[in-house]
Amino acid sequence: MVISMKKIEAYIRPERLEDIKIVLEKYRLNGMSIMQIMGFGNQKGWKEIVRGTEVDYNFLQKIKIELVVLDEQVEQVVDSIVETSHTGEYGDGKIFIYDVADAVRIRTRERGEDAIK
Amino acid sequence: MDHGDVAWILTSSALVFIMTPGLAFFYGGLVKRKNIINTIMSSVVLMGLASILWVLIGFSLSFSGDIGGVVGNLDWFGLGFDGFTDATFAPNTLLFAAFQMMFAIITPALITGAIAERMKFSSLVFFTALWSLIVYYPLAHMVWGGGYLAAIGSVDFAGGNVVHISSGVTALVLAILLGKRKNYGKATYHPHNIPFVLLGAALLWFGWFGFNAGSAGAANELAVHAFMTTNTSAAAALLSWLLIDTLKTGKPTLVGASTGLVVGLVAITPAAGFVPIWSAIIIGALVSPICYFFISVVKPKLGYDDALDVFGCHGIGGIWGGIATGLFAQNSINEVAQWDGLVFGSATLFLRQIAAIGITIAVAVVGTLIAFGIVTLFTKGIRVSKKDEELGLDISEHGEAAYPAFNGMD
Repeated sequence: MVISMKKIEAYIRPERLEDIKIVLEKYRLNGMSIMQIMGFGNQKGWKEIVRGTEVDYNFLQKIKIELVVLDEQVEQVVDSIVETSHTGEYGDGKIFIYDVADAVRIRTRERGEDAIK
Repeated sequence: MDHGDVAWILTSSALVFIMTPGLAFFYGGLVKRKNIINTIMSSVVLMGLASILWVLIGFSLSFSGDIGGVVGNLDWFGLGFDGFTDATFAPNTLLFAAFQMMFAIITPALITGAIAERMKFSSLVFFTALWSLIVYYPLAHMVWGGGYLAAIGSVDFAGGNVVHISSGVTALVLAILLGKRKNYGKATYHPHNIPFVLLGAALLWFGWFGFNAGSAGAANELAVHAFMTTNTSAAAALLSWLLIDTLKTGKPTLVGASTGLVVGLVAITPAAGFVPIWSAIIIGALVSPICYFFISVVKPKLGYDDALDVFGCHGIGGIWGGIATGLFAQNSINEVAQWDGLVFGSATLFLRQIAAIGITIAVAVVGTLIAFGIVTLFTKGIRVSKKDEELGLDISEHGEAAYPAFNGMD
């Protein structure tokens, strides 16, 4: 059995999540997981002023989206995420794409591509 | 000066004061977690702004003299009367000014629920100041300061017109002018902290004893009566909302209980010192289905985004309360009501209540349009940018986060 699935891992600005969800809905993806994470890249942290004193927060709130799609969907989905998340400023995030070896739908024991359809 | 009266009105003033931070929590729990600080702050800033405005010009414009039955004059600018001896308003004018000040704080705060999650803070501060001047002070004068609405014989015990209908109608108009939240209709805007909602509602209930029983103006039998009608209506509305919840979805909700008790308090506000206690059960039991129907059926059809249902609760609940006062008032309970209500066979008071509601709505609509126009001009648009709305107003307007180290997307 040839498995042709990819896992897409996207680190995005939290405020872009709603829009990305709306855009991705049109690809009829069968699932998507999100995680609220803290992290930093080139943007580094942010400052909050508490009673006149600066307080540093080293990590920023980000959202990590994970979804597994068929090979032929990858470009469309990645393009959509880039299109929706891009502002041109530091902190827009990153996308990583991985090969997926296999998948199992626990309810039915289906394997491979069937498990994500 | 009766010192028993003084003690009760001072206590009542403090009770009404706590309603504003209570309201802040009630509203704060209902919004998304990225907007709770902005929502709470919208009420908190008025504890400063509306107090100072009241001391400088608000009390004078509401209660000093009379210009055309519409507004007061500036003779009491800066509370410029002898606070120790003046008893124009019993038992003591300065005490009356303190009690009334708390109403002038919470009324504009009520509006802020409708525009939550998208209005610029600077515009909101400017708007509420202007609105107090154009809408609140004239209405307080017309109803309680010897102006037109008192002259036609309509009654409003603790502020159904002045506080609830005025803020509710303003909320509706401002929500329409401001536009919907970015994802309204696409994403669900559900409450992020329901215990806060109840904390706020409980503080409102507690404070409402001062609001209504304090509006008797003295430590007397009428205050006791208003205390009991107030609690009874809130209790009945709480139960009837839970009943609707259960019938519609199978489960009674805490948000439902909190909303129900608040609309019960809204509805009894104009009636508390005029109607028999048995009627408070009817007033409270009916306000929940009326508001529920409006919020769940009428609002979606009309399509405006009154974020926290200020019009649906305070506008509609207040209108029902004004009508109910015209139905159940009894001259034998309080002779300020010159006629009995409709259920006792006289239509006179009922019709005047309807007229008073109509005039209040008109003043609120016109005043809101004027204030909106001026604020839009001076603050260059009253809405935050799309990016700030997505980021959340806590960060964009205040640079603070309510839960900086706590995960959650709601």
